Amino acid sequence: MFGDGILKGLAETARNFFGSYRSKNRLTTIQYPEERLPQIEAARSFPFLVYDGADWQQGMRCVACQICEKECPPKCILIKKSADKKPDATGKLQAYPAVFDIDISVCMSCQICVEVCPFDAIKMDVDYDLPTADRFAGLLLDKQKLSKSNQYYHQIHPTEAAAVDAALAAERAAAAAKAKAAADAAAAKAAAPAPAPQVQPAGGEPR
Amino acid sequence: MTAAFLILATLTVAGTAAAMGLRNAVHCVLALTVGFAGVAALYLQLDAQFVGFTQVMVYVGAVAILAVFAIMMTHSPTPVPLPAYSRHWLAGSIVAAAVFAVLAWAIRAGSTSAPCLPPQPGISVQQIGDALMHRYVLPLEIMGLLLTAALIGAVVIAMDRKEESK
Amino acid sequence: MTQTLDQIFVIAKAWLLGYLPVAARPLASAVLCVIAIVITFPLLFAITTWLERKGLGRIQNRLGPNRTGPFGLFQPIADAIKSLTKEDIVPLTADHAVHFLAPLLLVAAAFLAYAVLPVGRNMVLVNLNAGVLFFFAVGSVVELSVFMAGWSSRSKYSLLGAMRAIAQMISYEVPLVLATVAVIMQAGSLSTVDIVNQQATYTHTLPHWFVFTPWGFVGFVLFMIAATAESNRSPFDLPEGESEIIAGYYIEYSGFKFALFFLGEYLGMFATSGMAITLFLGGWAAPFSFLTWIPSYVWFFLKLLALIGFFIWIRGTLPRLRMDQLMNLAWEFVLPMALLNMLVAGVWHFMPHGLLRWLVCTAIVAIPCILLAAGLKRKKKFQVRTYQFAE
Repeated sequence: MFGDGILKGLAETARNFFGSYRSKNRLTTIQYPEERLPQIEAARSFPFLVYDGADWQQGMRCVACQICEKECPPKCILIKKSADKKPDATGKLQAYPAVFDIDISVCMSCQICVEVCPFDAIKMDVDYDLPTADRFAGLLLDKQKLSKSNQYYHQIHPTEAAAVDAALAAERAAAAAKAKAAADAAAAKAAAPAPAPQVQPAGGEPR
Repeated sequence: MTAAFLILATLTVAGTAAAMGLRNAVHCVLALTVGFAGVAALYLQLDAQFVGFTQVMVYVGAVAILAVFAIMMTHSPTPVPLPAYSRHWLAGSIVAAAVFAVLAWAIRAGSTSAPCLPPQPGISVQQIGDALMHRYVLPLEIMGLLLTAALIGAVVIAMDRKEESK
Repeated sequence: MTQTLDQIFVIAKAWLLGYLPVAARPLASAVLCVIAIVITFPLLFAITTWLERKGLGRIQNRLGPNRTGPFGLFQPIADAIKSLTKEDIVPLTADHAVHFLAPLLLVAAAFLAYAVLPVGRNMVLVNLNAGVLFFFAVGSVVELSVFMAGWSSRSKYSLLGAMRAIAQMISYEVPLVLATVAVIMQAGSLSTVDIVNQQATYTHTLPHWFVFTPWGFVGFVLFMIAATAESNRSPFDLPEGESEIIAGYYIEYSGFKFALFFLGEYLGMFATSGMAITLFLGGWAAPFSFLTWIPSYVWFFLKLLALIGFFIWIRGTLPRLRMDQLMNLAWEFVLPMALLNMLVAGVWHFMPHGLLRWLVCTAIVAIPCILLAAGLKRKKKFQVRTYQFAE
């Protein structure tokens, strides 16, 4: 029919207009900031430091190995290793970062620091509500602002956090079993007094 | 010599004088447009509504646009600063004075033959239409023919250029 | 009672003028009418910007502005404050005098056009004998202001936009006037008041609007197409298409002058809508004879709002026409149809009343319409491009 293209178009837009008052499908606007879209689990914004337990300084997993500082492409991480050591979750004495700064105006959220961290100490946050009036000092997050608890990590990335916790628990169990076996062997060696020279098996085990 | 006539006449004369005196060509055309509008207002003041509105529609709406298009297409982008007054101002003034004298004499001679005409009844558009269709139908048809020839000529000129540029 | 309500503004003006000496009354009457127009139509402009943003939003599956006031009703005020307080930037090489005068000329011409629109019974600013001619004469001044705006900015984009805009406006002015000629032929007068008075009569509750005749309907459609093109509205908004040429001839304008261009454009749209209502839709007349108790100016503004809503609807529906498509539409479809419409109006006038008249007139417009449209859809044969240096 002559002119049917325009008429069909007009009918479609009229349907859109009246339908937007009736069905949510036709009007898909989310009124930020009162309503927010739910985020997927793999969302990421900027890094944060994980700490176990209640005390953020005591339970911090980071041992200031500085791998993330070296691997960061835009070099937004600044780490200063401490002079003394403190015991970590397995009781071993480790260094800790005296200064840990991330400049989030430089950070590009590439997640490389998360991928290379051997201690599962730095993970990606999902919080994007970070407005500040000071665009230099306000966007430089220090150690305290970056530290968030393991419970928070479980909240934002449940499956990831569960996997990390399981892996850490397995490692600690393996380390405890190894320590117990070594203690048993040392006790057996101390109990058996025959000083026959034997070749000692190599002691170092890969972690 | 009413106040309205004085104001409109001043506006028209100022517009056309500026059209001759300004340096920038487009400014000249815009000043000439003010002159056209002044003439249209004079027609309206003489109660000739049809002629007045047609003057606006044709001159301001079409002829002025045509003039600015022509200037824009042909002039160089940077206006060359020419001297404002010509070297031959003496000869020009003599010629202008002579033309003014001839026109003034013609108008005076024409107006003294029929002094103080009684006020004419307002001419309506219907009367103009009747006159065009009955008494002046031959000039109307010739004008139509002329316009058709101009249109065809414009189309032919435009078409030729398109074929040359292929 | 309904009579008083209908003539309330006329009575109020007469009462106000009673306080003035007789010598000053004509001037004061004109000034009062001008004040009324200057208040009403910019207010309508503010309402239209709100309607447009909300309407287009809903058509496009989104909310319009809803933060400034309830339902975003204060958005026009926010827009006005923004445009008044923005810095007025004029390019260094621009022609300052012409740059300043262009928006003034546009708004002045747009306001002048309202002088001949009968907004209600006995409510027209001036009843000119050649009212329709005055309207089109003033409309042709808009093209001059468009040129002034585009040329004075000394920018390639603005000049290009101005050229396109003027070409489009001139091309569509011819069918606009020709569509009107059919109405003038039938009404026998160029005065807008006479044209409306002829449509304000009823036969058995049905009105005598010109749009209910074959030539009136076709004329109305052609007039609306040409009016959309004259005010540079979508789908004819290539000269100011934001994705193409970023505002075209008023690129270099900012702040209040930009607001004046916007105002002038919308005022032009209201004026041509108002003229369409006057010529085809019966002006201030009610659609049915039992509805004449509603005041005449209410009917005029209801019809005006309906046409504005239709403009917004079309804007949200149709894609933009390319320049050559636009020009082809003007010269190959709308202009021949307007000429045929004039012929049909003549045939209608001289044929005796009855069904045969309807059939003949409808056939005369329908068959060429379909043929012309088929001609427009004919695929253009494009040359295969050969590149000389790209091998």
